Amino acid sequence: MNPGASNFVQGVDTAFIVILGLSFVLLIGITFFMVYFVIKYSKKNHPVPEDVKDSHKLEILWTVIPTILVLIMFYYGWIGYQPMREVPNGAIEIKATGRMWSWDFEYPNGKRSNILVVPKDKPVKLNLYSPDVLHSLYIPAFRIKEDVVPGRPNYMWFIAQELGEFDVFCAEYCGVQHSYMLSKVRVIDENEFLAWFNKKEDESQQFASIGEQILAQNGCVACHSRDGSKLVGPSFKGLYGTQKNVEVNGDMKKVMADDEYIKRAIYDPNAEIVEGFNKGLMVSYKDKITEDEIKEVVNYLKTLK
Amino acid sequence: MSESITSVQHQSFYNVRPGFINWITSTDHKRIGLLYFYSISIFFFVGVVLGVLMRLELLNPGKDIMEAQTYNGIFTLHGVIMIFLFIIPGVPAVFGNFVMPLIIGAKDVSFPRINLLSWYLYVIGALFALSTLVFGDGIPDTGWTFYAPYSVKTGTNVTLAVLAAFILGFSSILTGLNFIVTIHRLRAPGMTWFKMPLFAWSLYATAWIQLLATPVIGITLLMIVAERTLGIGLFDPALGGDPILYQHLFWIYSHPAVYIMVLPAMGVVSEIIPVFSRRRIYGYKAIAFSSLAIAFVGYFVWGHHMFTSGMSGPARIIFSILTFLVAIPSGVKIFNWVATLYKGSITINPPMLYILAFIFQFMIGGLTGLVLGALATDVHVHDTYFVVAHFHYVMFGGTGFAFFGALHYWFPKIWGRMVNQKKATIAFYFMFVGFNTLYFPLFIAGMAGMPRRYYDYLPQFHNYNIISTVGSWILFVGFLFMIYNLLQSARNGEKASGNPYRALSLEWQTDSPPTVENFDKIPVVTEGPYEYKD
Repeated sequence: MNPGASNFVQGVDTAFIVILGLSFVLLIGITFFMVYFVIKYSKKNHPVPEDVKDSHKLEILWTVIPTILVLIMFYYGWIGYQPMREVPNGAIEIKATGRMWSWDFEYPNGKRSNILVVPKDKPVKLNLYSPDVLHSLYIPAFRIKEDVVPGRPNYMWFIAQELGEFDVFCAEYCGVQHSYMLSKVRVIDENEFLAWFNKKEDESQQFASIGEQILAQNGCVACHSRDGSKLVGPSFKGLYGTQKNVEVNGDMKKVMADDEYIKRAIYDPNAEIVEGFNKGLMVSYKDKITEDEIKEVVNYLKTLK
Repeated sequence: MSESITSVQHQSFYNVRPGFINWITSTDHKRIGLLYFYSISIFFFVGVVLGVLMRLELLNPGKDIMEAQTYNGIFTLHGVIMIFLFIIPGVPAVFGNFVMPLIIGAKDVSFPRINLLSWYLYVIGALFALSTLVFGDGIPDTGWTFYAPYSVKTGTNVTLAVLAAFILGFSSILTGLNFIVTIHRLRAPGMTWFKMPLFAWSLYATAWIQLLATPVIGITLLMIVAERTLGIGLFDPALGGDPILYQHLFWIYSHPAVYIMVLPAMGVVSEIIPVFSRRRIYGYKAIAFSSLAIAFVGYFVWGHHMFTSGMSGPARIIFSILTFLVAIPSGVKIFNWVATLYKGSITINPPMLYILAFIFQFMIGGLTGLVLGALATDVHVHDTYFVVAHFHYVMFGGTGFAFFGALHYWFPKIWGRMVNQKKATIAFYFMFVGFNTLYFPLFIAGMAGMPRRYYDYLPQFHNYNIISTVGSWILFVGFLFMIYNLLQSARNGEKASGNPYRALSLEWQTDSPPTVENFDKIPVVTEGPYEYKD
């Protein structure tokens, strides 16, 4: 089992121990009787079978006892789970966006990060959003998981109780890069957190230009490579200023990848589909990237020859 | 009691009107059962090979033999084939068709032509599913669950796969209808409901689920097609739909479908244990009614697939408690099977080995299901390899092993020859060891946090995956050896008598293989099917 590092670990692990413990006893007990009967009453050891009358008592007994056992299991499952939906007042609210195929964490002061940095021993609430398909935010060391559903806000919360870095996975299948949709949660003590929180730039992310930063923060590079390799969308390398074959409403057309094209591709990505790629995998970034930012993106793209 | 009817033909059903065309136009339930068997076997083999390839890819982190997109297509196709083409039709369509009319003392099912139509629908659906390999823009990559909105957005050939599942649904509905009417109307004179073999009981419970639950998935899948082709916003929020609605509709069918997959297998267990224990089955009525209880309660537990979906808190709690209740009737069956062994006179042979393995593996699958039914623990292991291990223990370790047990048990009746026991036993042990080596480590990988449907994984999960992949090789060797042995036995095995096991149920009271009209005289039933005295 994972190292436990949140306030839910105890409740969840107790439920595991109760359920798996009772299950183990049942499994071993029944298997023992099965094997014992097969040997003791084998044709060799017991050539003449005996009739055994059905017993109502026995039938009731092995209906009622398992019912009690599973209700005990249900109870531990319930009380271990109950606090997961009860967010305490004063929790730090972080907007966690899962998109194909990266995570983005936005803090109350507008600071954004692709790893989740949280203070130890403080309640943290994650408001979950997806702009595209289903994802699921899973932190095994915290024993929590909640689906990130497009069009339907969901949430989760926790108190981190151990310092350190822990894995963050996407647990709901979301397409070709699903198993690479990874992140980390970094638990640091409160003073360190406040220092990090109030610092404008994230020192862990060095960008050559504003354009590159915009692309990284919006998760663009998960699908559009910068080295010419083919991912889910066309590569950024050598894109600007070249001719592209695109499909518009079923007809093939040639277009020039200029400033206007880049803007159309970001705001209305499904109108023109580059040959060899699929429609519907990208959503519009109209609300997320401004026209001024697009100018920076274009300047950056020009450098990717 | 009605008088016995004398049959005019006393010939094996193989010998009357031979030839391919006569087989594929035959309305004889035995021939249709075999048509299903041969077609299902081919698809099952394809599914197995895809599974072995997946395990090979997962041997090491990073790329081993295929790209991520290929892997995603292969796990989807593996799921679609195994669920819709093997495990749902498996026991009912093959052994239900071949054995059920015999076991209730009938000449055929009530609607033989609809029965043949069901097989044609199965084949057409299967061809649609396989054609996604070659047509369109790639193998569907959504997983067998077709979760929206990914299934609406992806550019791969989802429409064709969804239509395949839609067509296969009709095959299932019509088979269910046919079995319900047959069991109501065509039981032999004297066979009251409580003198009916438990295999027929389990098929009867299954048939009601097939008939009532399958239409829901048909409608849901058509909604996906409508959304993909016409852009009607049902499930994709970008079009104004709700992805959670899809999950509800999908699982309203697909959870009861789990019982379509497992109930007939439980019926097989209830037939085989008394014959080789030479004892009356313990708790006949408890087993019969528990099938009905499972079929009924099984309708109300679908929400346990969605505990982390953002469903409301009270809904999660209600679905959790109902899920625990559906475990009880399965437990009752297991207790009664084990009690049947008590004071019997037991012969261990390949069918019995498969059935004992069924009980052991189904217990592991069922008990780990309790971990998934409890809220706190489900939140942690939902959508991890724990779930993968759990449902393979139920579906493969349970239903799959019962299917092989049924195949060895009814082999003499179907092909008229005995199975080579020694080779069958060796194949069994390979499969038993291979199966558990393949799937048990995955429980631990899941508890350690490895999500499912992962093409690549972090290094801390490497060891579990190595053991699991080695297990897949042992299992595959045993599987190939089993096929080899069955093929050999069908050709060269010792000729079987009508009733080689001295069994009391009616399918054994006729020739092996059966005559065209099953019985020369329709039998008259005077006592229950399990009244073994020696």
